Amino acid sequence: MAADRRERAARIKRILETSGDSVERNTLAFNRGRYETIDELDEYEALKDRAAAIKDDAIDRLPELIDEVTEAVEENGGTVYLAEDAADANDYVERIVREREAETVVKSKSMTTEEIDLADGIESTGADVWETDLGEFVLQIADDAPSHIVAPAIHRSREEIATLFNEYYDLEDPLETADELTAFARDVLSDAIENADVAVTGANFVTADTGTIALVTSEGNARKCVAVPETHVAVAGVEKVVPTVGDLRPFVELIGRSATGQSITSYVSLLTPPIDTPALPDDPGDRIADDPPDRDFHLVLLDNGRMAMRDDEQLRETLRCIRCSACLNSCANFQQVGGHAFGGETYSGGIATGWEAGVHGEDSAETFNDLCTGCSRCVNQCPVRIDVPWINTVVRNRIANGADRGRFDHLVRGLVPDEEAGGYPLQKRLFGNFESLAKLASATAPVSNWLVDLPGTRATLEYAFGVDRRRELPTFERESLVDWFEARGGEAASTKRANRARTPSLEHDRRAVLYPDVYTNYVRVERGKAAVRVLESLGVPVAVPDVPGSGRAPLSQGMIGTAQRQATAVVRALQSYAPAEYDVVVVEPSDLAMFRGEYEKLLPPAAFEALADRSYEILEYAYGLLENGADPDTLRTDGRRLAYHGHCQQRTLGLEPYTVSVLERAGHDVATSDVECCGMAGSFGYKREYYELSVAVGDRLRSQFVADGMADRTVVTSGTSCHEQLDALLERRPLHPVRVLDSH
Amino acid sequence: MTGTLERFEDAVRGATASTHRATPETIGSVLSELLVEPAVGAPPPFDDVSLADLPVSVATEPTRQQLLEASTGVTGAILGIASYGSVVLRSTADVDELVSLFPDRHVVLVRDRDVVDDMAAAFDDLVPLIADERADAIVATGPSATADMGALVYGVHGPTEVHVVVVRTDSHAADGTGGTG
Repeated sequence: MAADRRERAARIKRILETSGDSVERNTLAFNRGRYETIDELDEYEALKDRAAAIKDDAIDRLPELIDEVTEAVEENGGTVYLAEDAADANDYVERIVREREAETVVKSKSMTTEEIDLADGIESTGADVWETDLGEFVLQIADDAPSHIVAPAIHRSREEIATLFNEYYDLEDPLETADELTAFARDVLSDAIENADVAVTGANFVTADTGTIALVTSEGNARKCVAVPETHVAVAGVEKVVPTVGDLRPFVELIGRSATGQSITSYVSLLTPPIDTPALPDDPGDRIADDPPDRDFHLVLLDNGRMAMRDDEQLRETLRCIRCSACLNSCANFQQVGGHAFGGETYSGGIATGWEAGVHGEDSAETFNDLCTGCSRCVNQCPVRIDVPWINTVVRNRIANGADRGRFDHLVRGLVPDEEAGGYPLQKRLFGNFESLAKLASATAPVSNWLVDLPGTRATLEYAFGVDRRRELPTFERESLVDWFEARGGEAASTKRANRARTPSLEHDRRAVLYPDVYTNYVRVERGKAAVRVLESLGVPVAVPDVPGSGRAPLSQGMIGTAQRQATAVVRALQSYAPAEYDVVVVEPSDLAMFRGEYEKLLPPAAFEALADRSYEILEYAYGLLENGADPDTLRTDGRRLAYHGHCQQRTLGLEPYTVSVLERAGHDVATSDVECCGMAGSFGYKREYYELSVAVGDRLRSQFVADGMADRTVVTSGTSCHEQLDALLERRPLHPVRVLDSH
Repeated sequence: MTGTLERFEDAVRGATASTHRATPETIGSVLSELLVEPAVGAPPPFDDVSLADLPVSVATEPTRQQLLEASTGVTGAILGIASYGSVVLRSTADVDELVSLFPDRHVVLVRDRDVVDDMAAAFDDLVPLIADERADAIVATGPSATADMGALVYGVHGPTEVHVVVVRTDSHAADGTGGTG
């Protein structure tokens, strides 16, 4: 395991060094473009609802729709072939190429043909295959693999492409600029297209009612490929079928924005093949429209595991995917390494886990699945509302449960009261059972903290568990938040304090259970104390009962069974605090995200809704109190200059503005970061194999916080992970925002 | 409140294409300015304008060689979409798809009355056309483009330049929208 981790770390480091800059520049541009262009779209949320509903309906009725589209295409004069797997699809296309005695086959970009290695199959017939998308063309020459599902060559810089072309074509006049490279590639490819015998395209959508295919492109190569030769083969996964041509509208509005951040791509072709356009004659002097078109169209609908995904309750949602890449571009890890590290045999990014597990098998997903940290930034970006982190969690669970028992299992025995099988990977069990570890460490602090500093401890932790020794480990407090709260008089004393501070204008008479998450309870106890005091000063009595961990830690390791048991225990522990009287206030955003998000999958609906409805992030709650008459002057209002980094999951829930607003109402000057995630993401940054990546992700945040106008600001951050990452990256010590508001 | 036509023209320019206005009477002189010869063309999908009696020569029944060597292609659009600056090009059994795609410069005519507000309105027209006639259509927005070579480049396999000519056929609408771009 240790050797595997070293190898994985070395591979990621190499990718960071060789293509990190190109990947980052391109994905950030796509990401920024997406935010800008979805902002222009008034109906964005409604269109996403519509798109998801259309896909769900189509997946639901897929067998029926396949029959319908077959009938429609045949009525139009084309042929439909339902290919069971890659070999079947390849055989069929090769047969067409042989029958046409094709010498030149031109392809436009299609991930589905990548999935089945169709270019290799066609070449086996002796025909030349040309990838006519410029990115794919670069990869074809370089014998390289796509690193992004929409922009396959983003890992290569302009300089590298120039060197590639200059050497491959042995050019006397070396190419240099993007214009020159584009013109050169176009000329080479124009020859191929104008003399093509067969065209192969994918299809972004296929409509069952009319047999129409939609092709979403910008270069114009797909249009030319379809127009020039008489034979056109479109290869599409069965999930590309939507019921009607009218259903295309939301996708046409969403796909360009979600993909490359353009409101629409240059060309959206809505073709109902065989098309009417006359084919290009071979003879230069022949008039084009002289002969009636004799066109031949084949739609190859590929199963290759998709019908089994449809029957799999957890993977089924993957089939909604329109391959737009929003989940790639919005992913902090992907922005650093691209699809060569964060991708499997064919697909890349967060959604790739679902695709790879479904079409190539879990082994392919295993190689990169850990790079989804569950930060959830992609969730609101997906135009068909796929819960990408959940699919990653489920597949992680399946992979890990299939793993063999390791030789260090005895080290975690007793520490790991988890529900997972004995063979579950040790590193995942260690991080997943952080609560047990924290309890024990707190009870034995400061001895437990000294132990970590003993010679050899860090080496063992790194060797056996993959805990990177360059990371500072948490320091556990001897007195937990729950103990401190009891010692100062518990809820009765808190009620007195709150009533004393209460202003007559406050129209709010509820009590708050402050949820003592594992970090706040044992490690960052000060922020818990500050939260109690801030609530009291705003007039709210507080209780801090002993409630177990939310299950976030085990869930992040794919330990769904353990997380589910934790969720049930949390609900049970909160039972004596009646919803009619108590709200639940949470300091750690990742735990609030559990209550409002993942618990829906772990608890019965009524239990989930009851907790979700009364749970609030601490400053979201403070905002509500201020809105209802609480006095901001009871907070600390010393007009500080702050640099705030909101937690990824907190921002996905739309909660960042509350923190900013409360800080500003208390008279502070707030500037915020502009990154998707800090890179720590729970245990991710502690892992030996991901340390370098975590630091690379964090570096974007670091550079923003050391820039002019930011360097002198006090750093505040809401999440524990963000706190630890910023602590490691900056000279300044970060604070939770509630501590800035605590006048104690 | 800006009119649909102005929003369309703004969006076309935003999509890195140029806009021009003409009437059936002035189309000859407008096209003379825009066409770089040799030019090929396909009859537009409306009767208001003909490519036959222009002061410049446009080959409407081109050979393969004429198509591949042409500098300009002239076609007409069935719709303009104001919110995107898109034109909808129907590919018929004529050479319209080839002519709008191969030459480096595409000059596309769209009637003012065919410009609709948004994608929803465009689909209201497109759906019956595809469902009933099995029509092929391209929603085209600006020139062809790529970022695959390390920077944004216009002009890849499709046209490098797109010039949209709004043909005003309804004098009442012309008064309402004002100006002569």
